[in-house]
Amino acid sequence: MQRIINDPDNVVDDAIKGYLRASPSLFAATDHSRVLKYPSSPSDKVGVVTGGGSGHEPAFLGYIGAGMCDAVAIGEIFSSPTADAFLEAFRAAPHGQGVACLYGNYAGDNMNVKMAKQMAELEDIEVKTVIARDDVASAPASERDKRRGVAGEVMMWKIGGAAAARGDSLDEVIRLAQKAVDACSSIGIGLSSCTIPANGKPNFSIEPGHMELGIGHHGEPGIEVAPLTSAEAIATAMCDPVLADQDFAGSEVAVLISGLGATPVMELNILYAHIAERLEDANIRVHRTDIGNYFTSLEMMGATLTLMKLDDELKPLLDAPARSLAITQC
Amino acid sequence: MQVLDATHGRDILEELVEVIVDNRQYLSDVDGAIGDGDHGINMAKGFRLCGESIAGQSLSLSKALGTLATTLMGSIGGSMGPLYGSLFMGMAKSVKDKTVLDAKDFGDMLADGREALEQISDAKVGDKCLLDTLVPAIERYRDAVEGGDDFPHALQALRNGAQYGRDSTFDLEAKIGRAARLGERSCGHLDAGAVSCCLLLSRLADSTEHRLEKAAA
Repeated sequence: MQRIINDPDNVVDDAIKGYLRASPSLFAATDHSRVLKYPSSPSDKVGVVTGGGSGHEPAFLGYIGAGMCDAVAIGEIFSSPTADAFLEAFRAAPHGQGVACLYGNYAGDNMNVKMAKQMAELEDIEVKTVIARDDVASAPASERDKRRGVAGEVMMWKIGGAAAARGDSLDEVIRLAQKAVDACSSIGIGLSSCTIPANGKPNFSIEPGHMELGIGHHGEPGIEVAPLTSAEAIATAMCDPVLADQDFAGSEVAVLISGLGATPVMELNILYAHIAERLEDANIRVHRTDIGNYFTSLEMMGATLTLMKLDDELKPLLDAPARSLAITQC
Repeated sequence: MQVLDATHGRDILEELVEVIVDNRQYLSDVDGAIGDGDHGINMAKGFRLCGESIAGQSLSLSKALGTLATTLMGSIGGSMGPLYGSLFMGMAKSVKDKTVLDAKDFGDMLADGREALEQISDAKVGDKCLLDTLVPAIERYRDAVEGGDDFPHALQALRNGAQYGRDSTFDLEAKIGRAARLGERSCGHLDAGAVSCCLLLSRLADSTEHRLEKAAA
């Protein structure tokens, strides 16, 4: 392993130290070592909390900030945070108006959030949840409740965070975050595996010269393994299932292209040029495009495409100001 | 009739801690074949912390199980923290007001643990998970008690059911967890959660059997 680490068992705690030192205006420690919060959240707004396993940087910590999330629970690599950590995140966020917990559909996260929510009730903290299910490759549209959450979570945090920042009620923040994630269709493509440092060996394998369409953020199986082809053909392979998932024709969309960790940003732009052509062909207007490493899988090579259908309600929230490591806009 | 004194639970819990800590590497090796390879590391971490927090204390079985549950929920995370945490919390609540357990109480404790686990998870028998061990173990125990077996024989049925369940995961295709990625390739390997569950139930049966005493008349 070619890694810049100390003890492989301590990579998460060691990384948290770096975040705290690098960005004290964005991150403050809490009573739980695996929970960080935004130090300047107004106390009278709805709290926005997320959390998940580590290894997806800048998710989840990179979405703490103004107009974004107020506190984040941090798990081991690719492993849900504990219920205790989620509970502490609820406490650390502004919670007088309730807390919106916006997270992805994974078994461990579902269980730990459910338990933390019950514990929070005992402390009179009202918690409501939205569970992202935007990965079209993980289950058909008819079984949307089984779908995993991937980069559409970024859109969910942006919309929910902006709604909370302008003073919306808990029910309204939840409604809009749900609407945001329902408007998202995503798909991933993997070109290589990744290694959890404590394990020391690749989590799975993709043979050189191959790619896996529909791969999940932890290497969950995709739709098909095929020979690696051109960026143009990859763009088509990714667009087809996404465009088939919702009726995007004639509407305005936001596009998010995220690298999975080890694919150069230059290649993400090569990919996007072809995706943009495909969207144009399908009579879809692109309102905005974000390209970069927004939601990764350690050092996996590959990318995700997320398409979000916009309307007059979502658009101003998406464009509202935000300041966080991953998204900063005026 | 034989019963278990439920006012002393620390000794039994220390034996459960021991079996997991002793099998740390084995559990990780089993997990490494088809999963993340961290099952032994995580389980040993949680159980060791529990061992440290109950050391030297006088605890009822319910309190000791409850400490294990909260320690696992608070320290492991992932899926195993809530799954095992719920199982032991359900068992702890089941025997909260008991000073002694007879064979039926013991079976109720296991069943209440299972019910708590199933409240937070949709996992089911056949998914290649710890329920594949837990469910047949509990069912065989219950059948034994209902069929008139005494406590020690029912505990043997529990061990037999757990081993049968553990071994049943060898041929199963994983439906949940990281191993589900492998599809058919997950066949031919034991499930790590099913293995740890078998270790725990077998040691619980041993620990209980050694402590059985005649009920006061």
